[in-house]
Amino acid sequence: MALNNPISGLNKIFDNRIRLGVMSSLMVNDEISFNDLKGLLEVTDGNLATHLQTLEESGFLKVHKGFIGRKTNTTYSITRAGEKAFKDHLGGLEKMIQGIK
Amino acid sequence: MSEQNQHLEALQDIRQMMQRSSRFISLSGLSGIAAGIWALVGAFFAYDWITEYYNGYNSRGNFSGPEFGRLQWKLFLLAAAVLGLALLSAFYFTWQRTKKTKSALWNHTSRQLTINVAIPLAAGGLYVLAMLQHNEWRFIVPASLVFYGLALVNGSKYTLSDIRYLGFSEIVLGLAATQFIGYGLYFWAVGFGVLHIIYGFIMWWKNERKPALVK
Repeated sequence: MALNNPISGLNKIFDNRIRLGVMSSLMVNDEISFNDLKGLLEVTDGNLATHLQTLEESGFLKVHKGFIGRKTNTTYSITRAGEKAFKDHLGGLEKMIQGIK
Repeated sequence: MSEQNQHLEALQDIRQMMQRSSRFISLSGLSGIAAGIWALVGAFFAYDWITEYYNGYNSRGNFSGPEFGRLQWKLFLLAAAVLGLALLSAFYFTWQRTKKTKSALWNHTSRQLTINVAIPLAAGGLYVLAMLQHNEWRFIVPASLVFYGLALVNGSKYTLSDIRYLGFSEIVLGLAATQFIGYGLYFWAVGFGVLHIIYGFIMWWKNERKPALVK
């Protein structure tokens, strides 16, 4: 257990590498499809889907379900809340590193 | 202490993901070098044919329509062949590079890159064809260089930043070429040949010389 986290801003949700990766790539792209995320992060369908669901439930990303021909094409984009949480998390990381130095 | 490392690692992950998801970084410098070599070979043939044509013109002493038409066609086909070979070898070396970096050749970033390069390039291609249609030969080289430069600058947001400077160089060269009508072939050889080789070499030197860093 962390004794006391002196700096707020660090978000538990972003402790996971895959969730952090999803958020990082959505910060610099308007939208990314499920398959592109899968290739980028090198994870399995099920694994990625679980993490995406967590992020969606936290209100950090928006899901758009679409079709390319007959195939489903699901794309994701970041929400305002997601952007803010991510920036706060970055700020938190920065402060932690400076604080320990 | 290990907590600090953990945070640093998280920051590195973020940085890497932001870059990997927004830029196609597997573009190979060898692609540029190969394209440049094809361009120089093409320019050499073009020079030869044009000289031959003028020799014929001088010894005949008058203009020959069919002769000129034939030269035009030969040059047009040569340009198309050079473009095809350059694209093919660029594709090949970049494909080899993606195998080395274990990334996909056709993904989100390479798609963005292709679309953004293709827009000014297609516009430029049609513009040049329209000039040919009206028998306007003088501005083909300047227009090709300027449009190609604009395409590179536009696409550079989605790939290695060197491409941006290659784009600027092509634009400047193209504009300079408008002031030296009649030297088009030299400008063409410098723009599509020499600049490609120089920038290709810089990109190769910066990114590919050492074995790719394992993440």
